[in-house]
Amino acid sequence: MSKAIVSLKEVTFQYDGQERNALNHVSFEIYEGEWLAIVGHNGSGKSTMAKLLNGLQFPKEGEITVSGMKLVEENIWDIRKKIGMVFQNPDNQFVGTTVQDDVAFGLENMGIPREEMIHRVEDSLKKVKMDTFLHQEPHHLSGGQKQRVAIAGVLALRPAIIILDEATSMLDPRGRAEVLETVRTLKDEKALTVISITHDLEEAAKADRIIVMNKGEVFREGTPEEIFSMDEQLIELGLDIPFSVKVMKAFRKQGISLAKHYLSEEELVEELWTFRSRM
Amino acid sequence: MMEKMIFGRYVPADSMIHKMDPRSKLTIIFLFVCIIFIANNWLTYTIIGVYTFLMIGLSRIPIRFLYGGLKPVLWLVAFTFLLQLFFTREGTVVVDWGFVKIYAEGIKMGFYISFRFFFLILMTSLLTLTTTPIEITDGLESLLNPLKKLRFPVHEMALMMSISLRFIPTLMQETDKIMKAQIARGVEFASGPLMERIKAIIPLLIPLFVSSFKRAEELAIAMEARGYRGGEGRTKYRQLSWKTVDTLQLAFLAVVTIMLIYFRS
Repeated sequence: MSKAIVSLKEVTFQYDGQERNALNHVSFEIYEGEWLAIVGHNGSGKSTMAKLLNGLQFPKEGEITVSGMKLVEENIWDIRKKIGMVFQNPDNQFVGTTVQDDVAFGLENMGIPREEMIHRVEDSLKKVKMDTFLHQEPHHLSGGQKQRVAIAGVLALRPAIIILDEATSMLDPRGRAEVLETVRTLKDEKALTVISITHDLEEAAKADRIIVMNKGEVFREGTPEEIFSMDEQLIELGLDIPFSVKVMKAFRKQGISLAKHYLSEEELVEELWTFRSRM
Repeated sequence: MMEKMIFGRYVPADSMIHKMDPRSKLTIIFLFVCIIFIANNWLTYTIIGVYTFLMIGLSRIPIRFLYGGLKPVLWLVAFTFLLQLFFTREGTVVVDWGFVKIYAEGIKMGFYISFRFFFLILMTSLLTLTTTPIEITDGLESLLNPLKKLRFPVHEMALMMSISLRFIPTLMQETDKIMKAQIARGVEFASGPLMERIKAIIPLLIPLFVSSFKRAEELAIAMEARGYRGGEGRTKYRQLSWKTVDTLQLAFLAVVTIMLIYFRS
């Protein structure tokens, strides 16, 4: 495994006026260039985690390190340059009056000279295939398109890490596929580290590694295959298991054993149509 | 309907006035509002009128759009006329009905003041018809920039304006959605006695307020995550460019001003 780009040590966090800790002695590492999914149902502390990683909140105890820098109040602006965030609601993170203005917003904040800005805005919109919408106003865009603009805005700042904080949960299936596809391509192209915080296990299934959160603690950590093999437990945690896993479970009940314990939807299709010929 | 009021105002066209820098347009409007008070006889009012219609001609805005902006204030112009007509008591009496006397000066003042009003409205509508709201915002920000030294929050104000502009259509869509949801639950917005209709607005406003506050909070977090920390050290993506046209227009206004001063009585 490559080296850790983010590490959390014994991080505890509590919201003002709440008795329970939102995060309780959480420790884990995120490796450079991986796609990590953090899953858990509402109140598991997964969104709090996103806020902590970006210095929008500070831990009560413990330590967070982002690419070698300890996260403290003094360097949050440097850390925010490294971490780009895409939030849940496509509308509530669209600052500019047009697509290009919105992408430029982060660049303006960083004081990038105008010539460079024009170049970067165009470039990052091309990357998310939104370059023909330069002058479009947000209310004429679909949710998926707005999220892609948000990704372009993040990309223009050339971050090392992208956090998707439930970024696809308000989108229709097509918009969701669009956004995930875009992130996947960019990740490979730019060697980005992607942290996707989600309750959608279909989305998590595409990750390299999954961390399951429950009641502010890390419940389990592993590859999608490992995580989905604990299916009953996942359902108890209020998480819906992916369709392919459900189908496989039904097969097993019928006494038909498949090659592996976890298969993605495509792999399952492959497995099923070649099943007889292997028998 | 509301959308028309705010956004339907801008009429895109490829004219000299459209291409002008919002700063010069704002400056000209401001100066125009001042110099219109120089006019005090038929000749000077004619100069103002010719200037106004020349600008309208150059903007290539169809008259019906201007009329649309004028309609709601036309009665105000008429009212001003009547007010001057009946309450000016100077000069010779033209009409004497016993209880009302109309003086010659009253007729003159009535025409002057209502024309002044009329030209002002035309010129300001011309500004909003040929300039997008965001251009006006940028122009204002740039013009008010010197006030920064007096600690006036110019950047913050401009940002607030541009965010409001950006969210107007979003809130409009949301209002529409809530309205439909409430109609589906039996709220009557369009019929019934006036009081009932006013009361019906409450279940529309409350969800709208709640969601707006939520939006504001999320937007603030998103802005911070994208590195926003006030106007300092910020560069600008949208740029204004002062062209020869702008200088010429200002020079032309200066000529008009000199003519007004020369010909006023």
